This record gives sequence, structure tokens and C-alpha cells, in this order.
Amino acid sequence: MRWLALFRPGDWLVILICGGLVGVSFPLLWQGGFAERAIVRQAGQIFADLDLRTPRQIEVAGPLGNTLIAVETGRARVVSDPSPRQYCVRQGWLMHPGDIAICAPNQVSLQITGRTRRYDSLSY
Amino acid sequence: MTASVTELKVTAEDHDVAWLTTAAVGLSLVDAAIPSPLPGVKPGLANIVILIVLLRYGWGTAVWVSILRVLAGSLLLGQFLAPGFFLALSGALLSLAVLGLGRFLPGRWFGPVSLSILAAFAHIGGQLLLARLWLIPHDGVFLLAPIFGLAALVFGTINGLIAAKLLAEHPVQETASHVHNC
Repeated sequence: MRWLALFRPGDWLVILICGGLVGVSFPLLWQGGFAERAIVRQAGQIFADLDLRTPRQIEVAGPLGNTLIAVETGRARVVSDPSPRQYCVRQGWLMHPGDIAICAPNQVSLQITGRTRRYDSLSY
Repeated sequence: MTASVTELKVTAEDHDVAWLTTAAVGLSLVDAAIPSPLPGVKPGLANIVILIVLLRYGWGTAVWVSILRVLAGSLLLGQFLAPGFFLALSGALLSLAVLGLGRFLPGRWFGPVSLSILAAFAHIGGQLLLARLWLIPHDGVFLLAPIFGLAALVFGTINGLIAAKLLAEHPVQETASHVHNC
């Protein structure tokens, strides 16, 4: 009890906030690592494997037209796509390993990978 | 014996700083002797002294003691100008900066424990930042951040408690008139 008397009210607040930050940092940093590469597939084949450290844009030709993909540091997105419902465009920026945007009508997909590969599916 | 040409005036405070630095250096050596599961996870016992100096003598003296501690400690451990020295220095400088701001926190609410935890996080933050910029230029170093953060929280709390206890057991003496004028 003598040791407890040495804490002041704000000390508990500091411990709580710092403990919260540490608690949040574990799942944030340890699940799947950091987004490192963007893999662009066209008709199931790897079209481009891009490093997320260098910003750039690429165009992928599909059966409906061109899909425009933009890469910035640490994130990537589908900027425009000829698909009717625009699902992959509306997904916005992808920045976590395992994130994927699929433009099915144009047969283009954009996937983020990190240091470790999380399973997309398992079968036996 | 010829009298020395240069006459160095040694004040009582210089003596205090020297003694406190000695204590801090001694604790650094104890720190280095404690086996650690991960390089960088250390109790940081010397920070107990830095905290006491900050609260008793002011921030200016704490800067002196902390930097002398890093210099002397690294010389004794053969780490001077090695990467470990720069890591320790960057951690010490950032934690001094945070303590410089933290001493303006209302003392009624935030005691040595708060300052110790904040300084511990700044310490690890400074080291990680330098490691990222210089030694391992890859974001992978930050994967260690949760472990370092946990260590900073635990050891920061313990060191802060020890400092608070020592401060409570040794109240300010009347002779220490230079308190808070740094």
C-alpha cells in the first residue's frame, strides 16, 4: 500500500493511455506485417509486381478496356475501370497486407502483400 | 609546488552533479550487466537518477547528468562512438526533451511516475527513430515497437516509483537553496 500512495491521479491516466497504445500496437504491427508490394493480375496471370515504395501509375488492358492503377508509398488503388458497377474503384486505397480489389468484368485484380502471407483460403 | 595558472572554481552544485553522474554511470553499468532477452529492452536504472535530478535541481542539471552519463557510461563499456552509443544518446536527448516539456505538467496530478513513463517512451522512440533512419533503413524495425513499448511502460512505472520513493524519503534540505533556479 505504501507504493500505491506514490501514484498521483494523473499517473494512472498516463499508464492507461500508454497501456492502450501498446495494446493497440500489437495487433496493428504484428498481423501480416507491413504492406510492401502490390500484385496486379490480368486474367489470372501476374501482370505486374510493384514495390509500394515508389509511386507510379500503370494501365492494364482487359476485355472491356483499360484499368488504371495508382501506387503511392505504402498504398495502392484502382483509379478507374470500365466495369459497370465500379466495385474495385470504390474500395479506395488498399494499405494492409491481404487487401484485394477485384475488377471482375475486366479480369483485373490488385492485391497488397506484406512480409508474411495471410491465408486467403485453406483446403485439404 | 607552483600554483596552477588556471583556477577552476568548483561550486557545491558541481560536486552534486559529479556525485549524481557517478550514481547514474554506476547504474548504467548495472543495466549493461543485466541479461536482456532483446537488445534494447533494459530497465534503464540510470533514469531514476535523472528523474531525481530533474525534480530536485531542475532541467538544466538533468541535461548535464544525462549526457555525462551517456558519455562516461559508453567509455567504460567500450561503446564510445559505436552504434550503441548513438542509440543511447538519441534516446537520452529525446527523453530530455520530453522531460523538459513534462515538467510543466501540474505536479499535483502528475508525479515522477508519469514523467518516468513519458521519458521511457521517448527513450525508446528516439532509439527506434535513429535505428530506422541510420542502422536499419526499413520499416521492419517498427515491428519491435510493441515489445519496446511494453518494456517502457513496465520499467518506466517501476523506475518512477523508485524515484518517487527516494524523493519522499529524502525531503529537500534547507541548505539546498539552489533548487529550481536552473
